[in-house]
Amino acid sequence: MTIAAVLIDHRHGAVTRPALEALTLARSLGTPVAVWLGEAPSADAAAQLGEYGATEVRVVDAADARVASRAAAAVGAASGDADVVVMISTFVTKEIATRLALATGAGVVVDAAGAELVDGKVETFQTVFAATWDVRTRINADKAIVGVRPNTTHATPADSPAAATVVVVDAELPEARERIVSVEPVEQGDSVPLAEAPVVVSGGRGTSGDYSLVSDFAELLGGAVGASRDATDEGWISHEHMVGQTGTTVTPALYVACGISGAVHHRGGMQASGTIVCINMDPEAPIFEISDFGVVGNLFDVIPQAIERIKEHRGA
Amino acid sequence: MRILVTVKHTPDLQSQRSFTDGRVTRTAEDGTMNELDENAVEAALQLVEAAGEGEVYALTVGGPDAVAAVRKALQLGVHHALHVSDEAIAGSDVFGTAKVIAAAVRKVHDEAPLDLVVTGMAALDGLTSMLPTALAAELDWSQLTLASALSVDGGEVTIERHLPDSHETVSAPLPAVVSVTDEANKPRFPNFKLIMAARKAPVTVWTLSDLALDPAQVGAGAARTTVIDASPRPPRADRIKVTDTGDAGTQLANFLIEKGLA
Ligand SMILES: Cc1cc2nc3c(=O)[nH]c(=O)nc-3n(C[C@H](O)[C@H](O)[C@H](O)COP(=O)(O)OP(=O)(O)OC[C@H]3O[C@@H](n4cnc5c(N)ncnc54)[C@H](O)[C@@H]3O)c2cc1C
Ligand SMILES: Nc1ncnc2c1ncn2[C@@H]1O[C@H](COP(=O)(O)O)[C@@H](O)[C@H]1O
Repeated sequence: MTIAAVLIDHRHGAVTRPALEALTLARSLGTPVAVWLGEAPSADAAAQLGEYGATEVRVVDAADARVASRAAAAVGAASGDADVVVMISTFVTKEIATRLALATGAGVVVDAAGAELVDGKVETFQTVFAATWDVRTRINADKAIVGVRPNTTHATPADSPAAATVVVVDAELPEARERIVSVEPVEQGDSVPLAEAPVVVSGGRGTSGDYSLVSDFAELLGGAVGASRDATDEGWISHEHMVGQTGTTVTPALYVACGISGAVHHRGGMQASGTIVCINMDPEAPIFEISDFGVVGNLFDVIPQAIERIKEHRGA
Repeated sequence: MRILVTVKHTPDLQSQRSFTDGRVTRTAEDGTMNELDENAVEAALQLVEAAGEGEVYALTVGGPDAVAAVRKALQLGVHHALHVSDEAIAGSDVFGTAKVIAAAVRKVHDEAPLDLVVTGMAALDGLTSMLPTALAAELDWSQLTLASALSVDGGEVTIERHLPDSHETVSAPLPAVVSVTDEANKPRFPNFKLIMAARKAPVTVWTLSDLALDPAQVGAGAARTTVIDASPRPPRADRIKVTDTGDAGTQLANFLIEKGLA
């Protein structure tokens, strides 16, 4: 029997949608067990993990799991019997995956768009080079660690819910050299984090710093607001909104680029999105090459009209 | 202050990037120093300049063409260039590469202690951002990643780190491996004098035997992952491009409605 451990991403005690996506994927790789770092989950959270197939919820209440070596040891303690460990791919989990792999001899693929078992080995799919190539990778090692991108698996409950028995795991964590001096939370408001949003509406230099239309459009479509590097460098919007190879990589069902030229650095972080739409005054802008629907026009004219039409449609 | 910077030879972002036999195609023509490693070089040079003394080493691991990466670092002003090149290294995964880099770092460190290894936040070919962690673990040094600012004081290095949900300040004792983001600084441009000097500057070349590494530990044979298929994605089909003559907003909305996206 293959055991697939899933590192559960949770915020304020609630299971995130990407965590359910990871559980859904894990069900196709083996028997899922959930690994939960932090204070034990509520009964509701545990039940939800069960609905998505988790037979157990292994809780490691580790202090200072912000340090990669400690987090990796905590995950390792809870996933010793697992053949596959699945986690949502972020800058933080990539470090956990790396440390865990060094401790266990596992092979790692991060930023995967999916995975399957072929002849007993895990194979993953990824898009690379700003989503211009598809790559399939085989994990040769006996143990596999897969980091998956949000929005690449459709989260669906298991046909029959599992027990999701909560088990507390005692973990011996290494002394860390690193000391967290301070942590300042970033205000998220009610909006979905960029990486998880099903829709992203981004504004670039073409907004001239006015994000009101971009925000309105994002809200109407139930999405998050993104930005190009030029916009965050100008200080028009905070760094957390930056989409691109050095910002957040997004793969929403819909990506709307407003006043963004589509530089390769930007494309690297959004080109794998489902449907891409752009509004740009310059017909030669590279963003048109990757847009399913492109408007050559002024975003200050086009967005209000689009908003009006959608509202009218919904009202009808 | 003695600092070693790791620099990778990667295909230029603007070039037609591709795969050959499951490996990133690397050629002398369109290869360059990974753009994000310019921030690592800059961070190291600034620390040494601020300390008023010290030396910066640039190190690359890769085939013969990879020497271009350390030449670029020399143009920016690093003092020494190291190139680890051995056929047995080809096809290494991140863990193999980290072993090789760690062995080279130890060799330099044994001659005279290093304070820091500075890396880029990601290599723009694979974008995995795993090497800095693997290297810190191999060396058993402090690990401080994704620094958007860093300072060294009293045997400690302190960084600022911007994560999507929080901003952290983290400190650790030296020696440390620090990866820096492109927010950390604005890389300098090489000046004419340095470009000329870089052409003639010596590059130390090491093989696996210089590093006392067993070839069986690295390379394709030891890799825990293998790319088994790589194919270019077809361009998006049925692209629509309209020029606004007064109703493009409505057309855009209709497109989203038809697709069930609005
Ligand atoms: C190492 C490195 C890393 C980088 N990483 C990233 C990254 O992660 N993410 C990222 O985004 N960038 C990144 N960049 C920067 C990137 O190269 C581009 O400079 C940046 O993406 C350009 O932003 P932009 O499209 O907003 O601006 P521009 O390129 O200036 O484009 C603005 C566009 O808006 C259009 N426009 C202007 N006014 C209007 C209007 N009223 N209506 C409609 N259209 C209008 C213009 O025609 C133009 O095409 C990086 C650069 C480097 C060197
Ligand atoms: N072959 C290599 N030679 C030298 N440095 C490397 C090599 N591979 C990765 N690095 C360093 O590690 C950083 C992160 O790379 P990666 O983890 O591959 O995304 C890069 O910015 C480089 O500083």
